[in-house]
Parts: sequence; structure tokens; C-alpha cells
Amino acid sequence: MLFDDTIAAISTPIGIGGIGIIRVSGKDTIKIVDKIFCGADKKSLLDKPSHTITYGHIISEEGNIIDEVLMMLMRAPKTYTKEDVIEINCHGGPMPLNAVLTELIKKGARIADSGEFTKRAFLNGRIDLAQVEAVMDIIESKTELSLKQAVGQLEGKLSRQIKEYQSILMKIIARIEVSIDYPEYDQDEPITEDFEEEIRELLDKLNSLLKTADTGKMMREGVRTAIVGRPNVGKSSLLNALLEENKAIVTDIPGTTRDVVEAYLNIEGIPFMLLDTAGIRETEDTVEKIGVQKSKTSIEEADLILMLIDSYEGIVEEDLEILEKVKDKRVFYILNKMDLGSNISQEKLNKNLSGKITLSISAKDQDGLNGLKQAMRNFVIKGNVTVGNEATLSNMRQKQSLIHAIESLDKVAEAIDLGLSEDCFAIDLHDAYGHLGSIIGEALKDEIINELFSRFCLGK
Amino acid sequence: MTYMAQKIDIAVIGGGHAGTEAALAAARMGKKTVLFTMSLDSIAMMPCNPNIGGTSKGHLVREIDALGGEMGKNIDRTYIQSRMLNTAKGPAVHSLRAQADKLKYSSTMKRVLEKTPNLSIKQQEIVDIGIQDHQVVSVITNRGAVYECKAVILAGGTYIRSRCLTGESIEYTGPNGLKTANELSEALKKAGIELRRFKTGTPARIDARTVDFTKMEPQHGDELIVPFSFENREEDIRREQFPCYLTYTNIKTHQIIKDNLHRSPLYAGVIEGTGPRYCPSIEDKVVRFSDKERHQVFLEPEGENTAEMYVQGMSSSLPEEVQIDMLRSISGLENVDVMRIGYAIEYDCIDPKQLKHSLEFKTIEGFFSAGQMNGSSGYEEAAAQGLLAGINAALKVDGKENMIIDRSEGYIGVLIDDLVTKGTKEPYRMMTSRAEYRLLLRQDNADLRLTEKGYKAGLITKERYEKFLEKREAIDKELSRLKSVYVGTSEKVQKILEDKESTLLRSGIALCELLKRPELEYEDFREADKDRPELSKEIIDQVMIELRYEGYISRQLKQVEQFKKLERKLLPEDIDYDDVYSLRLEAKQKLKEIKPISIGQASRISGVSPADISVLLVYLEQKRRSNKNDK
Repeated sequence: MLFDDTIAAISTPIGIGGIGIIRVSGKDTIKIVDKIFCGADKKSLLDKPSHTITYGHIISEEGNIIDEVLMMLMRAPKTYTKEDVIEINCHGGPMPLNAVLTELIKKGARIADSGEFTKRAFLNGRIDLAQVEAVMDIIESKTELSLKQAVGQLEGKLSRQIKEYQSILMKIIARIEVSIDYPEYDQDEPITEDFEEEIRELLDKLNSLLKTADTGKMMREGVRTAIVGRPNVGKSSLLNALLEENKAIVTDIPGTTRDVVEAYLNIEGIPFMLLDTAGIRETEDTVEKIGVQKSKTSIEEADLILMLIDSYEGIVEEDLEILEKVKDKRVFYILNKMDLGSNISQEKLNKNLSGKITLSISAKDQDGLNGLKQAMRNFVIKGNVTVGNEATLSNMRQKQSLIHAIESLDKVAEAIDLGLSEDCFAIDLHDAYGHLGSIIGEALKDEIINELFSRFCLGK
Repeated sequence: MTYMAQKIDIAVIGGGHAGTEAALAAARMGKKTVLFTMSLDSIAMMPCNPNIGGTSKGHLVREIDALGGEMGKNIDRTYIQSRMLNTAKGPAVHSLRAQADKLKYSSTMKRVLEKTPNLSIKQQEIVDIGIQDHQVVSVITNRGAVYECKAVILAGGTYIRSRCLTGESIEYTGPNGLKTANELSEALKKAGIELRRFKTGTPARIDARTVDFTKMEPQHGDELIVPFSFENREEDIRREQFPCYLTYTNIKTHQIIKDNLHRSPLYAGVIEGTGPRYCPSIEDKVVRFSDKERHQVFLEPEGENTAEMYVQGMSSSLPEEVQIDMLRSISGLENVDVMRIGYAIEYDCIDPKQLKHSLEFKTIEGFFSAGQMNGSSGYEEAAAQGLLAGINAALKVDGKENMIIDRSEGYIGVLIDDLVTKGTKEPYRMMTSRAEYRLLLRQDNADLRLTEKGYKAGLITKERYEKFLEKREAIDKELSRLKSVYVGTSEKVQKILEDKESTLLRSGIALCELLKRPELEYEDFREADKDRPELSKEIIDQVMIELRYEGYISRQLKQVEQFKKLERKLLPEDIDYDDVYSLRLEAKQKLKEIKPISIGQASRISGVSPADISVLLVYLEQKRRSNKNDK
């Protein structure tokens, strides 16, 4: 067999409700899944025959039930990839799916690349030539997407933080390597003293970063997207059009929505939590007042704001007040009611709505909605959204790398405790550095040697 | 005018560390070999530091020895001080280093060449290389002698179109004022070989009689030395050793340098070549690390019967009088007399990406290149390449398959793979951090890793090979014995543990588990372990390393397994990368330039991404299946 490792991925689109399937393939598939699975019949998966379904629970390291699942076990070679394959049918929602996937990674599986199951199927001789080019396309599109994501992340707070951790680690590595390769070099800074503590400090930092990943709001709740605008500008209509169902009450009486409505929307695997807000205006109605207050809070907490403007009526005083509130946020301006025609001059557009994404739609006729969805999706993929203020690991792959980095550093700490020598735990230090690098999409190797020569005065 | 001089198998151009190893290997493998050198008095000369080995370089020498090369034996014959470095650290980075008697090293090596059948050495300058239909056919000397041959090994060192610089003075010579080879560059360019210019340097040599050693810290050799050659025993090569001395530069030294920087050819812009970062001149160090108040200076004897001492740490191309001033500012060197002045040297070398792993040019059959000529630096790096080039040239002449050492088998493999796959922007120095399987590539197990290959090539005698097999078997046997020997909670055992401040046993345990404890030694259980065989220290060391580092070693072995899988996925030589669907443009260009032999090598090329590797894998499988269908 060509592949040594075991891959896993969520093979249904990330969404809310319904059943989500995680597929696992590779030589340790059964061993890995068995570690986190407790069958209702209490039997080990290792003893199960091929092509069987078992009911049971996924249990976390702490012993908590993560999800109720159906386990489909298929032994090699009669599987899609010609390897051992297990499909875990989880009971939906991105939260349990991700939690199960995380457990799999902790037990030794690796997140599959796009098209990797198909690639394995092909390389293991399962599928025929006709399908090959499709696989190539998947692999290629993957490169582009991950490239974009990497670039997007680079700007973010996360990458700054990871880079800082990397540089702490690099300094430790460089000190060790220089002491190995230049044993007679007299260092101004001590080589081995202190770094044990430095490693523990770094471990603490990485662990707390991992916690933010575990509670990662975006994957759990979706991107908080507030639809705002003055009353009766079509907020609920937009919400309904996006959801294609009548979630919010739509009337033409201004002030109908008095509460913030939450609904989930899944755009090509990216979850959005839509907040339909009460129209913002000065009002004497007590109930409506509460709604308005809530809307204002929604604006403060939103990751993305869709501000609606009535293109027929144009930009009015009330709009300007709201514009003032949202102008420093991540906001799209949506010119609604295009079906009635636009009465906003280019000049006014430039004056009030410049510098942000502006889209024209008709919620009523469902016109321009696809463009809006694409814009929302791209906005997230390009890394423009960081949920909350902390650096967040939103991506499962990044989380996997972080977990591996922590594992490697744990091994370093353990080795130091056992009194093992530098050449041993250097292996894990290098690994940890590499894992951190892959979070932000950077490779290493020659960097270490560059670091040696720039930091230390070495030579004959 | 030319004349036909001789028909031979292999011509070696250059008699330095690469050339001598290449010539010896070729001749020992039965090939009629001629080594051409600019001067017979400079065979295996050490124009820079008077030592062999050191971190990672020591590993290279041990590997050379395991393969049947000469460097390890020659330094064992001529060392005047020997030390194992890094002993406070783990076994993977223990590194052997010996100070050499330079003159003796050179003359002894010359004698070895003279005694080798099939080998003749000639003081002749090669000015041209005959190539027909992309196949090397001859070498031509400056006096017109034509030597017809089947393979040529280029090992020109730093002698190709070289010039030495000391301040404003420029001499168009090789190292040590020796003649430079000015015509070979043109011949290489004519053959389509791309040349580049590198730079390196050496410090002054001083008169030991004018040094106040009382102001310095002496550094002595080890009492119990480890021979470089696996064929030698410590007791057979024991001899009187001579110390080195440590002193430091100071602020005054640095001021002298700063005041005269404008006169350094490097800073004045006279030097065009690329110098190594790891081997900076003292002026470089003072500029780049300006906050450092002092730099180490080691004085090393150049031999047993000479007053000359090498001033390690003071490599410089500043003008002579500035060098003298700065040396005299150093504690203990106040009245020093300089015997040879330091200089920078610039020379032509090739871009090693033009070579295959066998060190043969991709475009010219039978034409090999080794050593500093390939952009490396250091005697050991040169010797390692020379040995491999010699072996592969001989195999080529016999129509046999190449001998390649991969990255998991030795530092030699890392060295050559780095050079031919990644190339180098500065003279390449071996470092342990370059080896990804450092824990496996230890100096102590070089014989276990490579003797087999050396024997297969015909460079290891049957006698030595059998001895090696016995050693290997003894290690395996003892390891499995220790796994099966159980020690109980007897008073005797608990007493041993108590004495060593080790945790007492609660129940029986395999002896091998107990030996994993860092505080315990093999010897501690001599009494308790009654059936143990009488074993040499070497074997016990191997057993203990295997036990203690088992976890890490097995992890690295697993990585190696994965690595080998990709190395075995060969890329066909005639692969047309333009034809590979959805390979990125940059990857296509790099792949076309390097022509990697395997998927593994391709994955190490900078600019080839994991996605490109996936694409290549799919392409290969596609090709394989369509070929199968055609048949």
C-alpha cells in the first residue's frame, strides 16, 4: 500500500440539522475509530466483520458522550479507496461533527486534503482513467483555495500570534543547534538553562489558543450576520429570501419585527447565523424600543453586517444615522427593491457608501441573491472575518496542526524531565515548529540554518 | 600540437582531498587511473585549517572509512591531537576531530597513492576535455598530451581561475601561492557547463616562538582517543599529543578592523564571489556582530615539526600591515611574528544542480565532478564526494549501476542530495542540522550503515567485511538476550539500584528495561547478569544506544520508511513535464531543470508544492496503467 497514514474528513456539507457523515480511510482506520467509539453491544470494532453497521456513542477523552452515531465499517479491499474505511453517521450540526473529527485527529488520523479519498481510490487502483482528470481538477482547485486561505490568514491576528510563537521556538531551536554544531562556540546567552521553562510557557499559550479553537464561535454558531436598516426596508424579506422560508413575519407595517430573529444559513459549507433586527428608529412604543435596543447590540456583536437601503426611496435621514453606526464595521450595503427602480444618484452612492461592498437586489423577486451569497462566502474565505476579538482557529486543518504542535512540545517537556539529550528532543522541537508553520501555511528547513548564521557569530 | 600519450580508464583532474579519494577508489576498483595535479608536492594538501573532522564532518570521515576511503586512515596515521566533541550531549552528535600534522598528512597520502596498483600520479595541467556525442573521451594537458579515457573526474578545488586577495594586493594564484588553472574554465564553458564564482578565506600563520602561551588557555587532546578508521584500534595509534590554545580578540582589535574596513577587498567591492556565512572573516564578524566585545581565537599547531600555527577565528583579507596590527592587539600575541599572511580566495566552480546523484553531469556521459568544484567547502565534504565520484566512475566504466547513498543512509547522502537537488548559493558546509534523520546517522554506527555498500563496491576487504558481520551479529544477539533476561527483586539487584540512586524494583523486569534508565550502566549488572558474553566496548556502546534511544530511533525509522517509499517512486528520465496536466508553471520549470530521479527528490525541490507532487503521482499511475493497456 502506498499510503501509511489514515485520513478523515467530514464528507457532507457543513450545515445545520440532518445527519453528517465523517469518512475515515487508511491502514489504522479501525484501530483509531475503535479508540473513541463505544458500541451499544460493547464489542470492539476490531472484531466486527466487514460491511456492518453498529450503533453506539463517540466518547471524548474525558469520558463524555460527544454524539450518538451509526458506524459503517468496511474492510479493505472492497471499499471506495481499497483501504479500510469507516463512515461515521453523526447526528448533525457542525459542533458534534467537528468534535468527533477532533477526537479522530487526536488518536492519529489526519485531515484529508480535497479530493484525497478519490486520489487514493485511483492510486490504489480502484477507479478508472476516465475519472482521473476530475481528480486532478480537485487537487488543483484545492491548491488555489488553500492558497487564498493562507494569504487571508496571513493578515490576521492569528498569524501574528503563531509567528510570535514560532519565533520563540526558533530561538530555542537555534540555541540548541548552535550548541550541537559549534560545541566550542562561546555563547553570550546560556544554551540549556531556562528553555525548559520557556517550553512550558509556550505550551500554556498554545493550549489556550486551542481552547479558543474548541469554542470557536464561527464553527459552532456560524458567522454572526446582522441584517440592519430602517423599518420596512425589507430586512425580513431578505432573511426569508435567503432562507427560502417564512421565518420572520413580513408585512408592510413598519415595526413588525420587534425582536432579533436568529436563523442559520449554510453557504457552500460555511455557516452563517442571520440576525434579523428590528428597524432602527426613534420610537415611543416600549416594546419596539426594546427591539431597537437589541438591534443596536446586534450591530455591536456582529461579525458581518448587511445594511439594507431602499433604492426606490433613496438614502434618507434615518439611513444616514444607521450608516454612521455601521461605517467602521465589516458591512455590505444592500440596495433593495431594485424591482421598483433606483432613485439613488451615483453621486450620493459615492458620497455615502464608498469603500464597502455594495450590492443591488430585489428580495421580493429573489433577484441578486446568489451574488450576495457568493459575496458573503468569499468574505469569509478571504479571512476578513475573525469571530470575536481573539485569534481564532476556524479551520479544522489549522486546529489539527495546533494539536500536533502541542503534542510535540509535550514530548519535549517529557524528554527534558527524563534527562534525555538535545539531539533527541530536537526532533520534536523541529516538528512543533513545522506544525505551527503549517497553521499559517509556511514551510521551514533552511530557516533554521539561516537563523543560526544571523544570530550567532560562527566560523573559523 | 597534441600527441597521443596514453589510453586509460579514468582521469582525475586534481590531487586534493576529492581527487585523491576519487583516484584511489577508481584504481582500487581495478580501473587504470591517472591523477593529474598542478603540483605533486601538494597532494592532499590542507591549505586552511590543520584539522580533520568536527561536528558532522567527523561523521563524514567515519562514513568515508566505512565505504573503504582513505581519509580516516590517513588522519589516524598523522594526527597530533584527537578529541571527541559534544560528549556531554547525545550520541548522535558526538563528533570526532583531530589536529593533523599537515605536511605529514600530505606526504603520507602521496605515498598511499604511489603504492596503489593501477594508479599513476602526474604533475600536469589539464587544459581541455575531449567530448564526443555527449560522451567524454579524453583529457588534454597544457603540453599537448592526450589521454584517452572512458571517464573523467573533475576535482579542481579552488584552483580554477583563482586569485588571492590581501588588502589592495591581488595575486593570480591558487592557495598558498600555487599555480592556478586558467584554461580549464573555458573548456568547461565550451562543454556547456555553467560556472559561478565563490569565495573563501584563510587566516594568517604565526611563529609559535613569538607567542606568549602563558596568557592563553591550553586545550589538550582526549586521554583515550577514538580512531577515525574502523580498522584501527586505539592502542595501535596512540601517540604523543600537542595542545591548541584559546585566546580572544578585544575592543582594540575590533577598532583596528573598523578603522581599516575600507581597505578590505570585500567591503571595497573588489571581491565578486559569494562567501560562506559560516566561515566569515574577522572583519565580517566585527561588522555583523558589532555588540560582541570579543571573539574566540584558537591557535592550532600546523604540525609536530614546525613553528607554524594556524590562527582560527582570524580569517581575513585586510592588508598585511593591518592584519599584523590586529593580531598584535590580542592577548598573548603582542610580539607575534607572522609567517604567512591571511587572504581571501576567489575561484570558479560549477552549479551542482547540473549533476546527477552519481555526481556525473546530466548532459555529458562519463564526466563526473567532485569537491569544492561543486560548490562545497571543507576537506571532508570534498573527500566524501571524491570517493563517491570515484566509485561511480568505475562502475560506469564497467557498465554497472550507480552507487547512491540516500539521506537516510548517511551524511554523504544528505550532502550530495542537497547539492544536486537544491544547489547552493554559498560554499556548502555540512552541518548536523541538515540531516533529518540525525539520530540514525551517528558517527558510532557509520560502519553498520555503510560497510555493506563499501564491500559491494569492492573497497572493503573480505576480512574486514567478515569482522563487521560478526560485530553486527553480536549486537543483535546481545540485544535480544537482554530482552529475554529477567531480573527479580533480589537483594543483589536492589543493592545495585540503591547504590546508583535508582528506583527500587517492585517486581521482576527485563534487564533491557532496567538498562534504559539513564543512571544505570551496562557494567553495573556484571554480577547480577551471569550469562553475559564478553563483549568489546564498541558493541556494548551500540547495544546501550539502541536501548536508550529506542523510542526516538524507532520513530525515525518509521519516517525513513515513508521517505524510502517516495524515493522508490521513480520518475522516468524522458518524462515531459509540459505534458503533465495541471502542474503549476513554476513546478514545471524547476522539474525540467533538476530532472529529479524520484518523487522523493522532486518533493525536496524548492518551488514544487505538495499539490504538484499529488499531480505527479496521479500522472505516473495514469502512465503505468495506459502502458499496461498497450501491452
